[in-house]
Amino acid sequence: MTEFTPISGLAGGLMIGLAAVLLLGLNGRIAGISGIIGGLLPPRATAPAWRLSFLAGLFLGALAFAALNAQWQVELPLAWPWMILAGLLVGFGTRLGSGCTSGHGVCGIARLSPRSFVATGVFMLSAALTVFVIRHGISS
Amino acid sequence: MTAAHKRNGAALLAGLLFGMGLSVSGMIRPAKVLNFLDVTGDWDPTLALVMGGALLVCLPAFRWLMKRSAPVLDSRFHLPERRDIDFRLVAGAILFGIGWGIGGFCPGPALAALVTGTGPVFAFVAAMLAGSWLAGRLG
Repeated sequence: MTEFTPISGLAGGLMIGLAAVLLLGLNGRIAGISGIIGGLLPPRATAPAWRLSFLAGLFLGALAFAALNAQWQVELPLAWPWMILAGLLVGFGTRLGSGCTSGHGVCGIARLSPRSFVATGVFMLSAALTVFVIRHGISS
Repeated sequence: MTAAHKRNGAALLAGLLFGMGLSVSGMIRPAKVLNFLDVTGDWDPTLALVMGGALLVCLPAFRWLMKRSAPVLDSRFHLPERRDIDFRLVAGAILFGIGWGIGGFCPGPALAALVTGTGPVFAFVAAMLAGSWLAGRLG
């Protein structure tokens, strides 16, 4: 069980939003993590420098937070093989579907893109169903 | 400083804010994400506020930015232009959702969680890169 944390959730959300606004306003780019990653992989690697800079910043931002918070922890739900399967599905699915939580869920919806509304609805539903099956179907 | 240098600096700054936002909001923790998705369990609605907070900023700001002819540091906006709903979009979203529901990580939080230095997070990220590469090869 995790606690509902509305203040830190909202604060973090505002920061993510501001980050997306900066990237669009300054560089004209969408802050979609799967798209930024996809653009680094062959055979379609394009404009790698800003992508690597953004990802380095993302890592450093998380590192700064971890350094400032002693109680910080990330507990993983499942063992290795499941995390590998999950990673494959997330990587494959986000590339095939042209976006993830940030690209479709935040930036695409903010642009009122019909594709992003559909994708966000579908992956939310698919994820909730998956969690339901794992937690209330298989293991109960 | 060339324009490219400035763009890299801007991307680094945006990335920093993004990574801190993911950490502050708790979205770097799969448990919080899974408890949001588990609507019939002990529901943790935090993720809705994270997306809501981000949209609160992005909806008005994007609208305003899109009226400009170009971003500050580049000659044009680089935006997806397609508006059609096709099989790949829906199939991709379904597969992504299944993976997200299993691991509790979407791409951003998974990369941010690399700071934990734990094996399964590296395994997830390596598999995610492989999956993305594979889908990219489909043409």
